[in-house]
Amino acid sequence: MAPILDIKNLYKNYGSTEILKEINISIEAGDFLVLVGPSGCGKSTLLNCIAGLEPITGGTLHIDGRDMTHVSPKDRDIAMVFQSYALYPTMSVAKNITFGMKVRGEDAQTQERKLKEVASQLKIEQLLNRRPGQLSGGQRQRVAMGRALVRDPKLFLFDEPLSNLDAKLRVEMRSEIKKLHQSLGASMVYVTHDQIEAMTLATKIVVMKGGVVQQIGTPAEIYNTPANLFVADFMGSPAMNLIPAKVRQNGTGAEIEITRANDAPIVLRDDGASNLPSDVILGLRPEDISEAGFRSGTGVQEAECLVDMVEPAGADTYVVAEIGGKQVTARLHAETTATAGGKLKFAFDLNKVSYFEPASGKRLN
Amino acid sequence: MADLTYSHTSSRGSFGKLILRWILYTLLAVFALYYLMPLFVMVTTSLKSLEEIRTGSLIALPREITFDAWKTAWSGACTGIQCEGLQPYFWNSVLLAVPAVALSTLIGALNGYVIAQWQFRGANLIFSLMLFGCFIPFQVVLLPMARLLGMMGLAGSIPGLIFVHVIYGIGFTTLFFRNYYVTIPAELVKAAKVDGANFFRIFWSIFLPLSLPIIVVTVIWQFTQIWNDFLFGVSFSQAGTQPITVALNNIVNSTTGVKEYNVDMAAAIIAALPTLFVYVFAGKYFIRGLTAGSVKG
Repeated sequence: MAPILDIKNLYKNYGSTEILKEINISIEAGDFLVLVGPSGCGKSTLLNCIAGLEPITGGTLHIDGRDMTHVSPKDRDIAMVFQSYALYPTMSVAKNITFGMKVRGEDAQTQERKLKEVASQLKIEQLLNRRPGQLSGGQRQRVAMGRALVRDPKLFLFDEPLSNLDAKLRVEMRSEIKKLHQSLGASMVYVTHDQIEAMTLATKIVVMKGGVVQQIGTPAEIYNTPANLFVADFMGSPAMNLIPAKVRQNGTGAEIEITRANDAPIVLRDDGASNLPSDVILGLRPEDISEAGFRSGTGVQEAECLVDMVEPAGADTYVVAEIGGKQVTARLHAETTATAGGKLKFAFDLNKVSYFEPASGKRLN
Repeated sequence: MADLTYSHTSSRGSFGKLILRWILYTLLAVFALYYLMPLFVMVTTSLKSLEEIRTGSLIALPREITFDAWKTAWSGACTGIQCEGLQPYFWNSVLLAVPAVALSTLIGALNGYVIAQWQFRGANLIFSLMLFGCFIPFQVVLLPMARLLGMMGLAGSIPGLIFVHVIYGIGFTTLFFRNYYVTIPAELVKAAKVDGANFFRIFWSIFLPLSLPIIVVTVIWQFTQIWNDFLFGVSFSQAGTQPITVALNNIVNSTTGVKEYNVDMAAAIIAALPTLFVYVFAGKYFIRGLTAGSVKG
């Protein structure tokens, strides 16, 4: 079966400025693709290119096997939800939802039937006669979703749809979108700058920076084996610890030495690591650094460090120590006895370690 | 002790404030009276008989109210050789102003919509040129416009005058609508495009229904401009197509013998009534519409 969305070698320029460079993305029917990156990385532009709202400078774009590179938005069989919801202010909720069908000339009965279906699906039946101005943010969000759902398109496009909601509502709507995706089995492309949204929603994540794709993969791949320093730093909260280190090869594996300002260097042994250059950046997620004695195994090694700061966060306690000139965060259990200014023995789980080349930022293992 | 001094100064402060308030209100009242005086003189004079005007004081109230001057002004006063009053010219002005206002408003709305929401190469240049057009004095274009109207076969006709006023109005109406539409998020157009609506459908179904406040502003502005215009009216019309402002001038200037001040005053008020009427009925939207864009943005 042809991929539902297939982007090949896409370029986008504004004048002489390259906004998007060599984008290659392909997703299967039923995929939930999330485009994530910091603001200005081109993710919204890419979504607009997929929608046909921005012309493409180079490359091709196929939706469900058909070449859509130069097709106007209305003929792409897509529906889009916008950040500002973009509800038509002078129309009632019902008219907002049926406007597309009306424009396409569908008969009144079909409009009525589909409106009812979508309204009950999203639980907005009681709002149908209201104007957008009389709705709360969450209700507007639902209406905007309704306008997309009623189209029953090949591809749903979401442009940061939750960023205007307050934190609690955002989490609610996030799980509703996820449920919707599961119950409809629809294909979706979703833009966000929030990496937690990306992790929770996606079946496939595209991390972008400066108009270039940094990595494409499942949430687990992106999280566990980031392709470069940017992805490692961007995905995950708190961010991955990225510590400069020296490598000494010793036949089968390597000894990794991390210098410390007021202490003897930490030396970790990684028997699996070979062919590392002498200077690397070692990446460990906070949850892979724990209190000694709580985790064991072949790759787990311990070292005593001076604790700089203790941040209880309820379920976990984050402990910060200076290692290798960096503020390194460790995620400990809530009942830890660590105190700021005291010493604590940490356990480093090298099974999950990532190595990066300092100059290029590329992943080495 | 400290308390006493404090209350003393504070009571003097509030007394001082009261005085200032009174001075302010008195000044405002004086200015209001000063501003209303000509209107008062016009209305009272128009209700007096000629005899009373000659003998009485300018600012005295009429001893005997008579509407004869109004009747004469409407249907009997002489403009040159004809003596049919303002009536036919009033309708000329209506026939001129209504289509000219409607057309220039509609074109301005379309222009503003394109410039604000359909960014194309050179949009800003075109907008600047249109703004520039707003500041060209009318006198400069009189001769070229006369030539143009002649070539188009519209010289001396009401459609010709409509044409001139529409052209001259587009700069301002475009400015009004453009500034109103730039405050509307661009995502609205995108959403409508995805919904399948085309250029005109989006304008008609989404933008026009949003535009009531700015339409009111534009209509008031354009109506006032076009109704009160004298220069174009006197330059590009001929006997039978003259607007009311030109007729008023002719009535006031072509009297022979006794100057009928009461008729002149009544005629001037009649000529000014429609714009007053528009202000009174739509004025509150005018203020709202003028500030709407800035508040929303």
